[in-house]
Amino acid sequence: MIEYLIDGPLWHLSLAVFGIGVVWKLGSIVFASRRQDLSVARAAAGPAAFKTVFSRFIPHKEISSQIVIPLVAGYMFHLGLFALLFFAVPHVSFLEQNLLGFGWTPMPHWAFIVSAQLAFLGLIILWLRRMTNPVSRLISTLDDHVVAILTFVVMLTGCFALLEGATALRLLHRFTVELWLIYFPFSALMHTFTFIPSRAFTGAWFGRRGIDA
Amino acid sequence: MSERLEKGLEVLRSEVDYKVESFFSSCVNCGICAESCLFYTETRDPRYTPIYKTEPLRKLWQKEYTLWGRLAGTLGIGQPMTEADLADWEELVYDGCSMCGRCSMVCPVGVDISGMIFKVKHALAKAGFSPEGLVGAARRALEIGSPMGITLTTVKAVIKHVEEDTGLKMPVDVEGADYLALLSSNEIALYPEYLDSLARIFDHAGVSWTLSTDAFEATNAGLQIGNKAIAGQLVQRVVDGAEKLKVKSVISPECGHAYTALRWEGPNFIGKAYSFRVVHILELLDELRAQGRLRTTGKESERISFHDPCSIVRRGGIQAQPRNLLQPMTENFVEMKDHGSMNWCCGGGGGVSSNERAEELKLTAFNRKKSQIDEINVEKVVTACSNCRMVMEDGIEANEMDIELVGLTEMIARHLADERPT
Repeated sequence: MIEYLIDGPLWHLSLAVFGIGVVWKLGSIVFASRRQDLSVARAAAGPAAFKTVFSRFIPHKEISSQIVIPLVAGYMFHLGLFALLFFAVPHVSFLEQNLLGFGWTPMPHWAFIVSAQLAFLGLIILWLRRMTNPVSRLISTLDDHVVAILTFVVMLTGCFALLEGATALRLLHRFTVELWLIYFPFSALMHTFTFIPSRAFTGAWFGRRGIDA
Repeated sequence: MSERLEKGLEVLRSEVDYKVESFFSSCVNCGICAESCLFYTETRDPRYTPIYKTEPLRKLWQKEYTLWGRLAGTLGIGQPMTEADLADWEELVYDGCSMCGRCSMVCPVGVDISGMIFKVKHALAKAGFSPEGLVGAARRALEIGSPMGITLTTVKAVIKHVEEDTGLKMPVDVEGADYLALLSSNEIALYPEYLDSLARIFDHAGVSWTLSTDAFEATNAGLQIGNKAIAGQLVQRVVDGAEKLKVKSVISPECGHAYTALRWEGPNFIGKAYSFRVVHILELLDELRAQGRLRTTGKESERISFHDPCSIVRRGGIQAQPRNLLQPMTENFVEMKDHGSMNWCCGGGGGVSSNERAEELKLTAFNRKKSQIDEINVEKVVTACSNCRMVMEDGIEANEMDIELVGLTEMIARHLADERPT
């Protein structure tokens, strides 16, 4: 019964909430009515918006030495998680069989281990910093902690699920993923998508003034 | 709910737009912006973290525009916003933020934090949570015509002195002139050499220009306090003056926020595009230089650097022009370690210098600029904003630094070639 619920209705529900929630949220940002800026632009906003979406992946050299920990840990976590999500053997098989109908070459076992270590270590460092750094502690919200814990649990149950033949562990992982997907559109996890319009808006603002942001 | 709170929340609601939705949805509270803010780096007080200064707006957004906030509101378990949510942020956004915009340059998810702080300022100003110094400046700007209480009589006296010093007839209310030159209060009261320099340079370059008795003040206390209605009225005064004289362009003086108010925000404040062009004095001087109409002579041998005013460079896009202008006049030009669009603020922008209450914090924040100057061991610093100049003079005095400060327009006037370009 639990297996049916987790593999069936709850999975479809979580996918629907995730999909509709993300599209709704992005749509409300991208297609919202906006006031025209009446000042005369010095340069085109479009190219600057496009450029800023990518340029913000690398911090300005003037600040990078002050943000080494969040910078390195941030990259470790995000790159590790991306690799696990899209190139771990079980995920590639799952996506091929259940969602996409096609697959790609998964990463070898050693790469999986490295990715998992990077993702775990990065997330733990970021969370510890959130708890101990006076600035992060002051500005962090309950949502920031829920997001970190939920993501950690999903990753942890994912490792447990690697134990072949343990259906309960596979179901546990899938259940936590479903919770994660349902929580996603209503939380800071949305930055996965909203960072794109966010960077673009700011890039456009600076760009029309002729500033490389 | 008190009337002030109601007013503040109403303004905050009106400020929630697609950008706010995108920015708060993207912010993961990493705190990286703290390291970009001189009020944080010089005090290490986490309350000065830029994104924390937007907390009233974030709190309202979270309560009224997110699922969890609405759910909590419906169930009656959410804490309502109180006057303290606005009052407690007055000091943070008015004293502890110079609107320099450095935070907006470093946010990894691209949040324009500075833009959102202005939205908070707007709400606080409307709700009556603004420092006395800025409220007074705004009142004087509306009633007298200048935040420092400078009247037309004072301006006329300065004009008379400049005419005596330069031997040049100052053009006043000349209809059909190409350019209408504006002044900041500082330039009238503290640095009249700016107008003197302008007269000499324009005479040298053969520029058709005028001053206006209706619109002489460029500063905008409405922008500083965050009140868009006042800002619009002050911009409209300039627009009316420019249209009355039928000028082709209006020259924004060496004043950072005046440039922002006139060039970038002005049309939006008054709700219509201008019929004239707004040009910053450095842009115009660089254009004249490129056209061969502005020629200088002599190079200064001392080590000289340039302080980039935030509103002109980082938020205004005028970065190459001051360097183009300085290059022919300097032998030992040295850039500060962080310069251009990532330069550090003087600490007195965004109305901080008009806010007596912030005096001590402003001087603490100036330590960042002091470190920048000390690092490069220069004898002279040139800038192009009278407010930066005044704040830095205070800082230099307080720290007993042996540095000469000079305005760029003034420096050019000192180096004007004798022969006029043909």
